Formats: sequence, structure tokens, C-alpha cells
Amino acid sequence: MKCQKCDKLATFHITDLSGDQLLALHLCAECVKEYLQPEETPPASTKVVSNVISKQLKLEQTTEELAELDHKECPVCGISFYEFRQGGRLGCPNDYVFFANELEPLLNNVHGSVEHVGKKPMRGPHDTQPQTELIKLRREMKEAVDLEDYELASELRDRIKSVEGESQP
Amino acid sequence: MIFDEMACRCGEWLRGSGPESDIVMSSRIRLARNLAEYPFIRRCNDFDRANIEVSVRERLEQSGDFDDFTFISVAELDNLDRQLLVERQLISRELSDAEGARAVAIDEAERISLMINEEDHLRLQVMKSGLDLDEAWQQINAVDDNVEQQLNYAFHPDLGYLTACPTNVGTGMRVSVMLHLPALVIAGQIDKVFNSLQKINLTVRGLYGEGSQAMGDFYQISNQVTLGKSEESLVEHVGSIVPSVISYERKARDVLIKDGNHDLFDQVSRAYGLLQNAQQISSEETMHLLSKVRMGINLGLIGDLEIPEVNKLFIQTQPAHLQKLRGGLPDSANRNRARASYLHRHLKRPKFGEDPAESN
Ligand SMILES: [Zn+2]
Ligand SMILES: [Zn+2]
Repeated sequence: MKCQKCDKLATFHITDLSGDQLLALHLCAECVKEYLQPEETPPASTKVVSNVISKQLKLEQTTEELAELDHKECPVCGISFYEFRQGGRLGCPNDYVFFANELEPLLNNVHGSVEHVGKKPMRGPHDTQPQTELIKLRREMKEAVDLEDYELASELRDRIKSVEGESQP
Repeated sequence: MIFDEMACRCGEWLRGSGPESDIVMSSRIRLARNLAEYPFIRRCNDFDRANIEVSVRERLEQSGDFDDFTFISVAELDNLDRQLLVERQLISRELSDAEGARAVAIDEAERISLMINEEDHLRLQVMKSGLDLDEAWQQINAVDDNVEQQLNYAFHPDLGYLTACPTNVGTGMRVSVMLHLPALVIAGQIDKVFNSLQKINLTVRGLYGEGSQAMGDFYQISNQVTLGKSEESLVEHVGSIVPSVISYERKARDVLIKDGNHDLFDQVSRAYGLLQNAQQISSEETMHLLSKVRMGINLGLIGDLEIPEVNKLFIQTQPAHLQKLRGGLPDSANRNRARASYLHRHLKRPKFGEDPAESN
């Protein structure tokens, strides 16, 4: 039998899984080497995230724009874009809204889509953006306590209580 | 203590039954979920973490839907008990090694585990013995429905379930199948298979975690994409490719047998002999040899041992399990001797001394 890639004698007979079916391959000793060359293995998810982001950023931003973007902070949880870029993990649900423009190419790259088509919660809101208010209030309360502004802290505590009451399932 | 009982049992994924269980060890689905009212884990302070653990636990316990679950505060466990849960795949290494408030709820059959304060606030996981993804999806979907009655999940109308890492957003779902592929390894075809799987957006990992070298020829195949596909189609995607890998492994086994591969017969017999007679043995070597023996049973080369028994040995020779069963043994040299005597006791046969491969 002849090699499928050149005309030499095929000494290797491999079964390949491409797509959903088994594929028989007949290759010579030289072509099989090339074929079996291990491809780059995909790095762990953190690396995927930071690699894709840095590639995307280098393509689209100037250095100044990049520095500015790095300082951009989510008003709810306080995470900076730099922190996300480094760690590969977001800080709160609001980041998906606040960093939407920066995340879109990343999501496209990883998932090939930016639209959820699966399950939705049966009960309760299908957009929990309003609930992120609680995250912000708790953070502000902690800051007030740290600054020993107890008046503001207790005001915030009351607001947290009332928002919590509303959002209880 | 429940952990001592646990160590004696096998748990769901090592039951060694279910469809295709000679090659498929287990099917697993996990869903990543977060609470709408808290920052993601990396921005949580100690207070947030404690609040999440307590409120999730309270609400689930009060609902009545989780009566057969045991809630365990992982932060309060010692190293040994945490390691035991990792070995049983009931918690991830990440949850075990993290700091601060964190917990797990486990159902009686050890099929379902709910991790609290892992990378996401909640990780719901179901495990089934053998290839059983549809059933696994139905079970975890029902659990998710019950949890959702009690808690507000962070959800975005376009992006679905919001997760700490953007690689999990959307369905938050990871569908995994753990396969035993020793013949493909012997035939030198395993990398080829993996490269092909990666081309169609599937990830392959060794047993026990990310990046680790495959222990005992066990490999886990799972989906990479979580957004833009429905849960059913993700189940379908992974489920449709597994039969190809299974038939590939079967072909490799057939070829090895048909060729009268003496290397193979030799490897199986040696492995069995070593496990029966070693005076001290590490858990890695045990895993490696048990893998060969497991294949030998499936190929009919070993007739006096059953798969469930081998599966039991797989789990009970892990360091934490061995320590639980034997007590003490903090240092590995002692453990290696205890492991060898444990194996000797469980594998000793009346026809001891006879080559098991010949008796067939
Ligand atoms: Zn060629
Ligand atoms: Zn945020």
C-alpha cells in the first residue's frame, strides 16, 4: 500500500478520530512523524484567559490606552482590569457588564459564542444585575467601619437589611 | 465518624458497573453557580465566605430537599479527612487546599456532592459508574432546580450563569468521562487520540486533577466550551465521541491479544505477581500495576479476580484511605509496607505461586 501523503510505501496504519468518526490512515515512516508531532497542548484555564487577553490588547490598544484600561475598576467589587488580567478570575457578577467590551472577544475566542442558549432559572429574575447593589453596599459598609465612620456604617447596614429582605427567595 | 465508614466502602464511581464499565470508569457532570448578592470568591473577605457557607447550608437544610445530604465544614477537617475526600473525588484539591470558610454536602450514596466556596460559590457535581451521561444530567439538573428554589443565582440574560472564570460562563457545565485506556498506551496511540480530541474542543486530563500525569492509564475527557450550546448538546457532544474512543481501545486490545503480544502477557503477569508479593510499594506503583491487572481481567488473562475488587484496591491503597483503614502510618515508608501487606492479604490466592496468566 502507498502512503497517502507521498508515493512511498506505507508502513504505518493508524486509526484517527477526526470529527465524530474513525478514520483509517496509511502513511510512510516519514509522513507519520510529521503527523504524530504532538501539537501544543492547551494551557490551564487561567493561562488561556490571560494569553487571549494580552494578545487581544496588544492588537487593539496603544500603551497609554492599555495603562488606562488596567486602572479601570469595577464600581461594585473594586477589582481592576489589571487584577483580572493577571489572575484570570473576575471579582463579581457586575464585571460581565462593566468589562463587557473587553470580555466579548475573549468569550468569542474561548467559546465561539457570546450568547447563552441553555437552561434559565425557573424562579426569580432572569437578570440579577440589581442584586449586585448588595455587594456594593457591603463593601461600602466595611470601608465605613474601617474609617470608623459608624454613623455611615449603620445607615448602610439598614439599607443592606432592607435590600436583603427584598431579594430573599 | 463518617470518614472511617467511608474508607471501607467504594463509593459510586468505583462500583465497577454500568454501561461499558470495563473501559469507562465513571461519568461526571458539574455545574458552576454563584450567588447574585456576593462578590466572586477571590473578592470575598472572611466574612463573606462565612456568610455564604452558613446561608447556603441553612437554606438547603430548611428546604427539606437535601435531607439525605451530610454537610461537612471542610475548614474544620484535619489534613487526613480532607485528603480522603479528595481521593474519593467528593471534593476538589482546590477546595481541600483553600483557606477560609468552605464546605461540602454529600448525599448518602456519594453520587452527588455540592461544594461551597470553591472557585465558584457553588459547584454541584454528580458521578455515575460507567457511561451514563443522560442519567447524570437528569440528576444534577434536578438538584440544580432544588438549589435554585432557595438561592438567587447570578444570571445574565445574554450570558447565562455567571462564573468567576469566563471559561465557565453560560451553562457553567463540565461533562467528563473517565476512561481506562491501557491498550492505547501500550500501542503508543494515546497522544494521537488526544490530539484528535483537542481538535474538536474536548480536553483530556489524567486522573486526579489538572496537568497531572495520567495515573494508571486513567484519562478524563471533557468539554471545553460552556457558552452558546445547550446543556443537552454538551452532553451529546461528549457522549457521542466516547464510543469512538472505546472502540479504539477495544481494537487496540484485540490487536494485542491476536498478535499474541508476549510483552502484554508478561506485563499483566508481572504486575499481578508484584502486587501479590511486594514487601513495600508506593501508591503510584500500585496504581500503575493495578491498571495492568485490571486490563488483564478484562482480557480474560486473569480469572480469579473481579473488577469491583480491583476498583476497591485502587481507592483503598491511596494514602489517606490506607491511613484510615490501618490507623496511624504518618510516614510514607511505613505506609508503603502497610500497603504491600494489605495487597498481599487481598490478592493472595489458593493457587499461589502459579502463573495466573498460564491458568487461563
Ligand atoms: Zn509519505
Ligand atoms: Zn466587580
